[in-house]
Amino acid sequence: MAMEELTVFHALVSIKQVPDTTNIRIDPETNNLIRQGIPTILNPYDAHAVAAAVEWKRKLNGKVTIITMGPAAAVTSLRECIEMGADRAILISDRAFAGADTWATSYVLTEVIKAVHEQDPIDLIFFGKQAIDGDTAQVGPGVAVRLDLPVVSYAVKIHDVNLEEKFVIIERKTENRNEVIKAKLPAALTCEKEIAEIPYASLPNLVYSLRYEPEVWTTEGPITFEPSLLGLKGSPTTVFKTGTPEKHVAGEVFKTAEVGVAGAVKIAFDRILEVEGVASMLGVQK
Amino acid sequence: MIRRFWVYIEQEDGKAHQVSWELLGVARKLTEEIKDELEQSGDTALVEGVLVGHQMEEVAKEALQYGADTVYYVDDPAVKHYLNKPYTSVLTQLVKKYEPEVFLIGATTLGRDLAGAVATGVGTGLTADTTHLAMGEVKNSTSKLLLATRPAFGGNVIATILCRNHRPQMATVRPRVFSMPARLPEAPGRIVREEIAITPDMINAEIIELIANKASAVKVEYADVIVAGGRGLGGAKGFELLQELADELGGVVGASRACVDAHWIAYDHQVGQTGKTVRPKLYIAAGISGAIQHKVGMQESDFILAINRDPHAPIFDIATMGIVGDLYEVIPAMIKEIRARKEAQHV
Ligand SMILES: Cc1cc2nc3c(=O)[nH]c(=O)nc-3n(C[C@H](O)[C@H](O)[C@H](O)COP(=O)(O)OP(=O)(O)OC[C@H]3O[C@@H](n4cnc5c(N)ncnc54)[C@H](O)[C@@H]3O)c2cc1C
Ligand SMILES: Nc1ncnc2c1ncn2[C@@H]1O[C@H](COP(=O)(O)O)[C@@H](O)[C@H]1O
Repeated sequence: MAMEELTVFHALVSIKQVPDTTNIRIDPETNNLIRQGIPTILNPYDAHAVAAAVEWKRKLNGKVTIITMGPAAAVTSLRECIEMGADRAILISDRAFAGADTWATSYVLTEVIKAVHEQDPIDLIFFGKQAIDGDTAQVGPGVAVRLDLPVVSYAVKIHDVNLEEKFVIIERKTENRNEVIKAKLPAALTCEKEIAEIPYASLPNLVYSLRYEPEVWTTEGPITFEPSLLGLKGSPTTVFKTGTPEKHVAGEVFKTAEVGVAGAVKIAFDRILEVEGVASMLGVQK
Repeated sequence: MIRRFWVYIEQEDGKAHQVSWELLGVARKLTEEIKDELEQSGDTALVEGVLVGHQMEEVAKEALQYGADTVYYVDDPAVKHYLNKPYTSVLTQLVKKYEPEVFLIGATTLGRDLAGAVATGVGTGLTADTTHLAMGEVKNSTSKLLLATRPAFGGNVIATILCRNHRPQMATVRPRVFSMPARLPEAPGRIVREEIAITPDMINAEIIELIANKASAVKVEYADVIVAGGRGLGGAKGFELLQELADELGGVVGASRACVDAHWIAYDHQVGQTGKTVRPKLYIAAGISGAIQHKVGMQESDFILAINRDPHAPIFDIATMGIVGDLYEVIPAMIKEIRARKEAQHV
């Protein structure tokens, strides 16, 4: 058997580099985000999606392609994916893409996925559950609709990938239970963290990733995009205004060292029972 | 002209999700905010629910009682359980048929999955996870637009989003942000059965098993009382103590991520940016420092009681009341106090 016939499984993971929200600062005068100097990270859910893709690549002797739409700096996140064991990475980067909302983002990702699929048919497309900068959880289902593929969101476990009979069995979490879903391949999924543990990078992967240069796709090629659907212009939603959340006023603080433990607790309950509905809920009088 | 304000009536196993009723209340409020425009133009505004499922007549009636003028109801055994593609197809067809102005969907696991797909299918904008909605005047727009406000960047920023040129203006809305509307026994609205064929090409996936999830039974996101613990508990055993207090208060136990990472407690209990967003009447934070990622998940609680040894812990910045002390002294004292107060009630 020839080598290429052995490589059967092809997973694609769509990742995003996001600002580390732990370190976000707001300009107190303009209320704008101070983007300068904010460290960026690979979106945590996407990291788990990559881990899952790599796990199945190993099981099925396949390969993993990573794509991301973002600024040139996103190359560091792509390298992180290569370090985890991905084989190919594509950076989709162009000023024309800037300001895209989820609708315009899913358009660009869809066109790229179609092109990759033509070169090398894809079986499974992985997304993170949501990106921590926007928390929208829309891009995965959006791409799946555009590609007319089944999508399993909030996936916690991949039970089986059957390439002969072309189906996948994925467990997802809903509010009330878990559902095991059998979907036709190719399929898309959006991943919770439980989907896979982040692996430790092997030394060869680490060394390889440091020098890895992703392919860069722009509006100039290798594929074409409809200009009116890109970036800010192609986005149905626009930001009307931004601000900082209402400041919460710090309430009174009591020290047990001063009022005693029992004293503090008594004050606490006296106040808690004043909250509308609480006294009746607890069955205790104010 | 009829200006339609739509609400997706979410159901699982034949039970409506409470957020659907909250949204009917919000939709009604939105129609009131365009009263001036309606008076001038002679247009009418309707609050309408959309329901997909099988044998859901009771839910449809309930929707009318919570204020829907109309409920469009698609009844088919093939869509008894939620699946992305057939539900998306059905809703996309209905949206194209009736052209609603606004379409609100609960920001639940099901609703977020559905909303992203429908918005893409229809070709319109969607604002996710909104916490405030209003109809407001916007420059260069002849009528008022939906102003959808949501937190972004881990709660550090609040952004108001518009969808100018595409309809419907879609938003997913967090549960428990808006209050429940009154339920009227007499409901004048009507149920309209929509005949939409569920064709085999709509079925690209099937549910082969449903697993009851014990941990999900916790549902911190819908609890009225949460007793949450952080690294200050020092170990998994500490949660037994918190559970005892939670039981006395009729609440559930929550946790910071530090505890989940340490495997002291299951992920379903995690409150915060990468966990659950909660809005209980009472949130007790014991041994939690109050990192921004934790705060964004709980700062909208009605009453926050923070218990921490460190007087400079940032949790005190947002707490309604703080107790500086050892949680292993304070929590047992609280259990004792509530028991005593309950007892006093009975004598
Ligand atoms: C991308 C990202 C997402 C995140 N998402 C979340 C999230 O969803 N939820 C979340 O909670 N965190 C999240 N975090 C982690 C967050 O930044 C903090 O690390 C975490 O919340 C800290 O947990 P803690 O308060 O329990 O622990 P610590 O910060 O270690 O605080 C422990 C506190 O306990 C107090 N203490 C100790 N002993 C006692 C005692 N005996 N009595 C009273 N007080 C005591 C200490 O004074 C201290 O203030 C996230 C981080 C990142 C980067
Ligand atoms: N710019 C992007 N490039 C590639 N993938 C993205 C991008 N934005 C979002 N995604 C993917 O879509 C998921 C959900 O993102 P969001 O809808 O923004 O919450 C992320 O976890 C990524 O997998």
